[in-house]
Amino acid sequence: MNAIVDFLGGDIVVTAIVKTVVAFAALLLTTLIVVWAERKVIADMQARIGPNRWGPYGILQTLADGIKLFFKEDFRPRTADKWTFALAPVLAMVPSLLAFAIVPIGDHITIGDRRIDLIVADLNIGILYFLAMGSIGVYGVVLAGWASGSKYPLLGGIRASAQMISYEIALGLSLVPVVLAAGSLSTVDIVAAQAGSVSNVSFFNGVPVLEQIAELFSFVPNWYIWSQWPAFFIFLIAGIAETNRAPFDLPEAETELIAGFHTEYSGIRFALFFLGEYVHVVIISAMAVTLFFGGWGGPKPDFLPWIWPIGWFVFKTGLFVYLFVWLRATMPRLRYDRLMWLGWKRLIPASLVWIMVTAVVNTEGVSRNARLVVFGILFVIVLFWLGKGDPRLTGAVTPQRRRVHGPS
Amino acid sequence: MNIEVVVFGVSFVVALGSSIAMLFAKNAVHVALFLVAAQVALALTFLLQGAYFIAAVQIIVYAGAIMVLFLFVVMLLGVDRREALIEPLSGQRTIAVGLGALLAAEIVYVAVKGTEFVIGGRGEDALVTINEDPGNVKALARALFSDYLLPFEATSVLLVVAIVGVMVLARRMGHEGFLRETTEDEGSEGAETDAEVPA
Repeated sequence: MNAIVDFLGGDIVVTAIVKTVVAFAALLLTTLIVVWAERKVIADMQARIGPNRWGPYGILQTLADGIKLFFKEDFRPRTADKWTFALAPVLAMVPSLLAFAIVPIGDHITIGDRRIDLIVADLNIGILYFLAMGSIGVYGVVLAGWASGSKYPLLGGIRASAQMISYEIALGLSLVPVVLAAGSLSTVDIVAAQAGSVSNVSFFNGVPVLEQIAELFSFVPNWYIWSQWPAFFIFLIAGIAETNRAPFDLPEAETELIAGFHTEYSGIRFALFFLGEYVHVVIISAMAVTLFFGGWGGPKPDFLPWIWPIGWFVFKTGLFVYLFVWLRATMPRLRYDRLMWLGWKRLIPASLVWIMVTAVVNTEGVSRNARLVVFGILFVIVLFWLGKGDPRLTGAVTPQRRRVHGPS
Repeated sequence: MNIEVVVFGVSFVVALGSSIAMLFAKNAVHVALFLVAAQVALALTFLLQGAYFIAAVQIIVYAGAIMVLFLFVVMLLGVDRREALIEPLSGQRTIAVGLGALLAAEIVYVAVKGTEFVIGGRGEDALVTINEDPGNVKALARALFSDYLLPFEATSVLLVVAIVGVMVLARRMGHEGFLRETTEDEGSEGAETDAEVPA
């Protein structure tokens, strides 16, 4: 045993390998459950039963589907580019899996006298790593569209790349205020900065009556959702758009593109795209929890103190996954020009404004949360005003129509 | 066996192999992909040296943003036609050989001289100590926004000028001499016109 450990380069390396394997297995298992849960929840919302044949409540359905897809014929069009066609599904899935490395799923556990942090890698550039993996993830969809060698996948791939690049900017910008507030790019530091309660953090310090009122809210945790909620909403919208799911599922719009970039994919390669999408959903949910909802933070009873943070993290992430499913079941798809309009003309300017607000407020220090709340309200008023100005958002004003072509 | 040696070996092989493959690949998309692989491998070597920020930026900016745009252009312009072997710039091969030799000489010189050029002459372990005390990102930010503020701002102005210039050049002029919105108006109005036609 020691010989193997030394061969691999000491116990740091062994710990890293074990963490990686455990995280990988856990993430894949979660994904399988999420696929099943989505089918069950959507079925419930549509007054159906959903999968119920294999296992209790049909929980093994995803496994059955996986086995089916594994044995299905692996079809490839004659016009397809052989290597790129094979590479694309892998590129769609692997970056999402890798992004999980910087998500802290719990505090730490102690085995023997060794302290093991429940995160695969606490990088001091964690947020940048998350964005880097997101930008690599674009390749899977783009290459799938191109390599399939047929029309609809190409259209889907081009749509997807335009959408993902546009919303990646908003996603990246929405993380900047959080980084500014926490003063660190490390996800562990960001979670640590959200520990404690709101009344500890100079909410109304020095103000006589309000100080006492703030004391009453000492049970409220100091999560960034309170002070950074505009950033949170931008992150959520951009995150949903990044996963290419409803209402942003234009790259795979069945009615327009015959499923878009994965039209020509079948069997295990399609399964990789499918799994990649769900891993992405889990990652975006986990990042939303980590950045805005205190990560693994929560009440910690004495009984098994290490398991509670993991439980809180899984619970919060599960709520966000539910939100994703809920949106898919209820939201209609955006039209393409509105998608671009929302991304470039609203989300990106809005996040830039919010970055400036956070930066200005952060430099002055005292009672910054109170000021952030005020600025947040101002921000929404500005947004509302901007939205009102555009007839296409409210629909109150009929846009001026010019007959460009067609019979008059 | 040292794990760093393994990581270096893998990234070295990938970077060099994909760079060579890039030169010989026939398909423009494959060339772009080999370039991406080389850039990711380079990012790994940056990580290995403790330059975390540069590694992340290398992936976000080069492998992520710029190469996706490359691919986009290559895909939209059609890559099925093989590039004709006519060189638009005369004598570019001679210049390329000369510049390549210069770069090789530079690399050899730096390698022979050792680490005194690296990290401002602070030696091999400079990054390790910097990473421990103010942290990689903080140290870089301090340098960028204090000592090198003017070059930094000048570069960003240069980029903005380039973007504005491209937009002015690429947009078609309308009949009244105003810049006409080409993409959004035509796209949406076309769709609305279609929707208006009664069944």
